Amino acid sequence: MAKAIKNNTLKLKFDTLKYAPAPESKSSAKIDAQYDLFINGKFEKPLSKKYFDTINPATEEKLANVADANAADVDKAVKAARNAYNNVWSKMPAKERGKYIYRIARMIQERAREFSVIETLDGGKPIRESRDIDIPLAANHFFYYAGWADKLEYAFPNKQPRSLGVAGQIIPWNFPLLMAAWKIAPALATGNTIVLKPAETTPLTALKLAEIIQESDLPPGVVNIITGAGATGAAIVNHPDINKIAFTGSTEVGKIIQRAVAGTNKKTTLELGGKAANIIFEDAAIDQAVEGIINGIYFNQGHVCCAGSRLFVQEPVYKIVMQKLKDRIATLIVGDPMDKNTDVGAINSKQQLETIHKYINIGKKEGLEIFESSCVLPRKGFFCKPTLFTNVAQSSRIAQEEIFGPVLAIQTFRTDDEVIEKANNTPFGLSAGVWTDKGSKVFNLTSKLRAGVIWANTYNKFDPTSPFGGYKESGFGREGGLHGLGAYLKL
Amino acid sequence: MAERLEVLKTYKIYIGGQFPRTESGRYYVAKNKKGQALANVCLSSRKDVRDAVGSARNAVGGWSGRAAFNRSQILYRIAEMLEGRRAQFIDELVKQDSSPKDAENEINLSIDRLIYYAGWCDKYQQVFSAVNPVASSHFNFSVPEPTGVVAIVAPQNFSLLGLVSVIAPVIAGGNTCVVLASEEKPLCSVTFAEVINSSDIPGGVINILTGKPSELVKYFADHMDINTVVYCENDAATKKLIQEKASLNVKRVFFYDTINWKTDEGQSPYFIADTQEIKTTWHPIETVGSAKAGY
Repeated sequence: MAKAIKNNTLKLKFDTLKYAPAPESKSSAKIDAQYDLFINGKFEKPLSKKYFDTINPATEEKLANVADANAADVDKAVKAARNAYNNVWSKMPAKERGKYIYRIARMIQERAREFSVIETLDGGKPIRESRDIDIPLAANHFFYYAGWADKLEYAFPNKQPRSLGVAGQIIPWNFPLLMAAWKIAPALATGNTIVLKPAETTPLTALKLAEIIQESDLPPGVVNIITGAGATGAAIVNHPDINKIAFTGSTEVGKIIQRAVAGTNKKTTLELGGKAANIIFEDAAIDQAVEGIINGIYFNQGHVCCAGSRLFVQEPVYKIVMQKLKDRIATLIVGDPMDKNTDVGAINSKQQLETIHKYINIGKKEGLEIFESSCVLPRKGFFCKPTLFTNVAQSSRIAQEEIFGPVLAIQTFRTDDEVIEKANNTPFGLSAGVWTDKGSKVFNLTSKLRAGVIWANTYNKFDPTSPFGGYKESGFGREGGLHGLGAYLKL
Repeated sequence: MAERLEVLKTYKIYIGGQFPRTESGRYYVAKNKKGQALANVCLSSRKDVRDAVGSARNAVGGWSGRAAFNRSQILYRIAEMLEGRRAQFIDELVKQDSSPKDAENEINLSIDRLIYYAGWCDKYQQVFSAVNPVASSHFNFSVPEPTGVVAIVAPQNFSLLGLVSVIAPVIAGGNTCVVLASEEKPLCSVTFAEVINSSDIPGGVINILTGKPSELVKYFADHMDINTVVYCENDAATKKLIQEKASLNVKRVFFYDTINWKTDEGQSPYFIADTQEIKTTWHPIETVGSAKAGY
């Protein structure tokens, strides 16, 4: 006989109990009407003479005009970076290089609030996340890598590590400043100069970072930040005077880049998509595991390459996990990203919202069972209800393809072997989660799962000292930690 | 019009985040080469050593429990504070017979050395730890951990750079310390304590005494609550005394007597490793089932 399920989750009654609004003030965010390209230490008008809008995805209001760099602008930026590399940066004593990076870290810390507000306005993520995660982690990343600048020979014994030259870096829109930090900090510490392109929907914090770089007196041309869309990225990838391409984004574009650099001497790092398995065993602490599921898939609206988008629950606890999970989803506050109570903010762009809707429709057509939050979405802006699918098959497209939104695909399993087979049965291999009270089971799983980051009884944890990156089609190379240095060095 | 009279500083010792005078009430006169008196300086006693060790021991748990990143930020903060007071240090170094050029070089090196070790706070673990591929089904790893309270007899010749060079690696690694400053050139040591006191270092992590090594070294060596002794002079009899008395509670002993602190030889993660233990953890890996990581 099936055991009766006891559910002691405290349900908040949102019909009668409402949080008062707690909006963060926009006053600390100084956003110019127009941003030019940051080349050779100065903001310069684009040779393309073109600009595009960046909007607030939560309100669809325009925030600023941003320059659209063409191939000639890219060439100008690469020349500035090459010049700075040859004449200044490669000749500077390593410890002095480190001191510049420390300065940048300190200045981000000093202006953390301003950066948090702009990150949320431009990208739609909850202010709580930009304030507590994105911005502090970005500053910490600079601080950590600053220290490596004069210590490289300790990281690579019996080698004399040398810098590569000019690095072209292309970053995504899900963690705009944090991804800029992940790219810029290790490249500078290892003695390279940089041409960085932020994503077209979230260019503002990278441009504010350019202001800090200017204030820090970093020699002109060492870091160049140019804005644009796919064509600008392609011009960086194909530029003949670039020695290193670092890309974070979709597996689809990653494959195009890998093909494009074939036959050149460009060293490459690719941090691509994921479809992480988040595995709940019957002996797991269920309440913590439910929090881990929520954090795994609804953190940053699910715009996370390592999101725990495939949930595997061991059969004996399936019912209780589902009940608690649905109750928890009902308490998620979806809405104004600038409100400090908000758990799930705005989808980054209209285009991404359409992609997510496309997948939700695919799931429905495949005959999967859908459950979504009963929350009311704001009338303006791009929002999506936290959603989950059950009765999902391994072959279902929503279990196979990266959705990059708040959509969870749930499967069940009976044995360890079964879940290892299912979890590994994907072209991706970025991350995975394991929830169990048994340490020896954790280590069995971590040794069998084919993924670059495994979280045990936790999820979505990041630290500058900890390498991050994927197996298989989730890319190659690591960012963070000692291993992140190797991506920018000749050894 | 009467000239303004300069206010002279009282040079005191630094214990547990406070600036007491020595409990003994004794003093000695620090002089320059010409024999001119520079200041009355505390002549610390055995009781001061004991008090300092007590403060250092109390601070071990908190300091070693800080996140490595936090220790890194705090060492960086010391460097920031030191940079802001460079003029004062140059002045004192010159009083203590440095040329202005040497004094400037010494303060620059001291600031940069603090930055160097700030960087190591969250990196030496990555260099000195290991995952050990044991033959049985266990996850086995070894990591460095601070040894505890470190007693340091600082270099005599560089009153600031020597002090910074021996303190920084010890605290970067999460230890606390009791330092006996340069006897001949104590001024910078006391002023450095003021820098520490304004830079987020918790009280008791660094304790600085002034006095005579000839009197106090033996108390450093036989105190039962000190884990490691670092001695930076080259006196054979003192070295033997330290080694002998260290055996009372199996202290680790390090002699940094041939190091040229002005060069890169004076900074290395191996100075951090000296005051670290290595801890190895075994954890079973379950091997039920037949699934392999074959994809």
